[in-house]
Amino acid sequence: MADFTPHTPDNSHSLQSGHGPLFSIPARHHRLDFVPKIKVNGLSLFYGKAQALYDIGLEIPAKQVTAFIGPSGCGKSTLLRCMNRMNDLIDGVRITGQLLIDEQDINAPDLDVIELRKHVGMVFQKSNPFPKSIFENVAYGLRIAGGSSQTALTEIVERSLRRAALWDEVKDRLDSSALGLSGGQQQRLSIARAIAVDPEVILMDEPCSALDPIATAKIEELIAELKSSFTIVIVTHNMQQAARTSDRTAFFYLGRLIEYKETAELFTNPSVAQTEEYITGRFG
Amino acid sequence: MARKITAGRVGSPLGFTAPPSLHSVFARGEQWVWFSGAALAGAIILIAGLLLIIVANGAGTFWPKSLVLVERADQSKVLGIVTEHGVLREETPGNHVREVPQTQFKVANRDLFGSDFVWHRDETLAQASQPNDAIAMERLENGDFFGFLKSIKNGETVVATGDEAWRVLEDQLPAITSLRGQISTLQHDDVGRINSAIRSAELDIKREKANAGARSADVIAALELQIVDAKQRYEVLTAQVGILQSQANVWAAVMETADGRTKEIALSSIVDVWRPNQMGIRAKLKHYFRHAWSFLTEEPRESNQEGGIFPALFGTVMMTLIMTFACTPLGVITALYLREYAKQGLVVRIVRIAVNNLAGVPSIVFGVFGLGFFVYFIGGNVDRLFYAESLPTPTYGTGGILWASLTLALLTVPVVIVSAEEAIAAVPRGMREGSLALGASKFQTITRIVLPGALPGILTGVILAMARGAGEVAPLMITGVVKLAPELPIDGQFPFFHLDRKFMHLGFHIYDVGFQSPNVEASKPMVFATTVLLILIVVGLNLAAIRLRNHIRRKYQMGAFN
Repeated sequence: MADFTPHTPDNSHSLQSGHGPLFSIPARHHRLDFVPKIKVNGLSLFYGKAQALYDIGLEIPAKQVTAFIGPSGCGKSTLLRCMNRMNDLIDGVRITGQLLIDEQDINAPDLDVIELRKHVGMVFQKSNPFPKSIFENVAYGLRIAGGSSQTALTEIVERSLRRAALWDEVKDRLDSSALGLSGGQQQRLSIARAIAVDPEVILMDEPCSALDPIATAKIEELIAELKSSFTIVIVTHNMQQAARTSDRTAFFYLGRLIEYKETAELFTNPSVAQTEEYITGRFG
Repeated sequence: MARKITAGRVGSPLGFTAPPSLHSVFARGEQWVWFSGAALAGAIILIAGLLLIIVANGAGTFWPKSLVLVERADQSKVLGIVTEHGVLREETPGNHVREVPQTQFKVANRDLFGSDFVWHRDETLAQASQPNDAIAMERLENGDFFGFLKSIKNGETVVATGDEAWRVLEDQLPAITSLRGQISTLQHDDVGRINSAIRSAELDIKREKANAGARSADVIAALELQIVDAKQRYEVLTAQVGILQSQANVWAAVMETADGRTKEIALSSIVDVWRPNQMGIRAKLKHYFRHAWSFLTEEPRESNQEGGIFPALFGTVMMTLIMTFACTPLGVITALYLREYAKQGLVVRIVRIAVNNLAGVPSIVFGVFGLGFFVYFIGGNVDRLFYAESLPTPTYGTGGILWASLTLALLTVPVVIVSAEEAIAAVPRGMREGSLALGASKFQTITRIVLPGALPGILTGVILAMARGAGEVAPLMITGVVKLAPELPIDGQFPFFHLDRKFMHLGFHIYDVGFQSPNVEASKPMVFATTVLLILIVVGLNLAAIRLRNHIRRKYQMGAFN
């Protein structure tokens, strides 16, 4: 269980949120066939005056892959970025409602954001290796945390690169710049970098949108392997990808969660018309 | 078969190529291409022309030019170097203006002729020759001497005459030059050491008297003994110097000028002697590089018009380095705060505009500020706190290299701030997010990702700042530059770095030699040579910084930033 706070979290502040009844999860979402890792309760998000997310409620299972799909601008990335508080970096963002990870409100004022981000890793849409060597890229999270010996570092870097299926390609040039890697390799490096700090959740924001089909296939394989150890949330534009990789899928439209259920069911038997229209390609 | 798409460009049924008309030329904006090209060409021509003039004039300074012996119509003779041709406009009776061609000679022998240069009308010049035995001589005082060697004297006895005399002169000169070196070492270093010992003992006495402790009398007595001892050593040294000087002064060359006057010149006052009309190209090259080297490494003589410029060179480089070390951290930290921490809003915008405008404030204003703030306020307080015993003689409370460098650092810091801010902003957002997403704090992200990524761009700003600071003169004139600094800011005397000392600067040197010297014409070559050197230094410092930047850029492979 992750512990982001130096003392017991106090969630009382978010209970005052004025957006409807707090635990307003629609009945069709509320099954107890999984252990929820992340719970979103009545979450709304505003960029200044514009509202981007409306009263989102969903529960994300531990050690499974959850996909967020929906047309551009539907808020799926915004919700993803709420989960490690990346939206803090944007001026004028206001959040109401609750986002719990392991039953802790991550928006609580006494929460240590740095600690949170160590537990909730992220892989970005545009691969963003640091202008350092491959080794240093993977070791970055450990170095800033401090306390790892050089031998431990070497070991963890190798293990992370192996788990990210990149080791064989880069083992002879760990000291060369990470910027010399191909796009797919850079993205797998980002994954290795994220898993090196041993998070519990990995957020992936359209990790394959800039990759060719072969590189995409490699990442998807990797996701399938990683879900035994991590809770993975992936945002994707590619519905085939969501269908192939995820256990559960959430469909968003215009800032609202339209439908959220097991992937197979959502794609074969959507219960909302908008979902059906989107997955059959009639809009989006 | 589909139509070829490319066919349109070569005049096809698709009709992409309209017949060339004036209208279409304007529509395509062709004239702007030409206009901007012409502007660029103009700028390049101006810069290249300026450099060419400076380098052409400066580089020729040390070349041994031929001595011409000209017989004038009235039988008088002129020996010198042809320096310029000109036209004299002369009014003749009847209000006609006659243009008379004339030639300028550098005839040297300032002590005899009163001036180094003389103009003669070409019509008065009858016959020119280049006599092989004409001698040019660089002297410690009174500039050059041009003439003919008659004989060499040791004391009152004539040792050699004619060709033999030249041989003896060449033989004796190196020994006497090294003797002169010894004398100057004794006078500068040893006497300097004794002087500073006396000075510090006197200060100790002063302090002891002020304290008036129980054992003060003993301490003062001991210190006074030290002073007496130092003064005795000084006497010994002076005697030694006197002996060496009399040794050096024994030899003299008897010279004859073109107009038949003789002049006895002590060998100890001769810096170099050469016979330009006899020198081959190799000898001339050797002469050229020897003189260029001594220009770089020696101290100036004769109110800066002769000799070298080493102190100015040293002062310029040192001042630029201190300035860089002062303005870079200040600028980078300011830029970091403005870009990373400050809340972007009206205040930050105003600060940013103010910083940009600061770069446009006249440099003399910075100079006055530096004088008031650094020299009088900070320096004055430093003196009161730490150098009270030497007051009223100021130590830091007067212009010095530290204050001048800090003043220039203030002047150049806006350049660093602006470019550092741009470089920091150019570090991709994704990289910061990547770092933050791994649990790095903002500070860690800045030190490990943002700053290394922005470093090449920051260095670009530093390069610009250095280029601006190295050439700046006006603020220095009131914060520590002097015409002649007897001592360098770094020397062998404890504590080795003397940042309170006044210093010399190439830019000021140019102004001083070129426009403040009694003999402007004679110092013209020095001015050009100094200018070339100043440009070379600025280019050299910039190249060093650019190399450093490229090295860093290669290390991080960040082609996207500059």
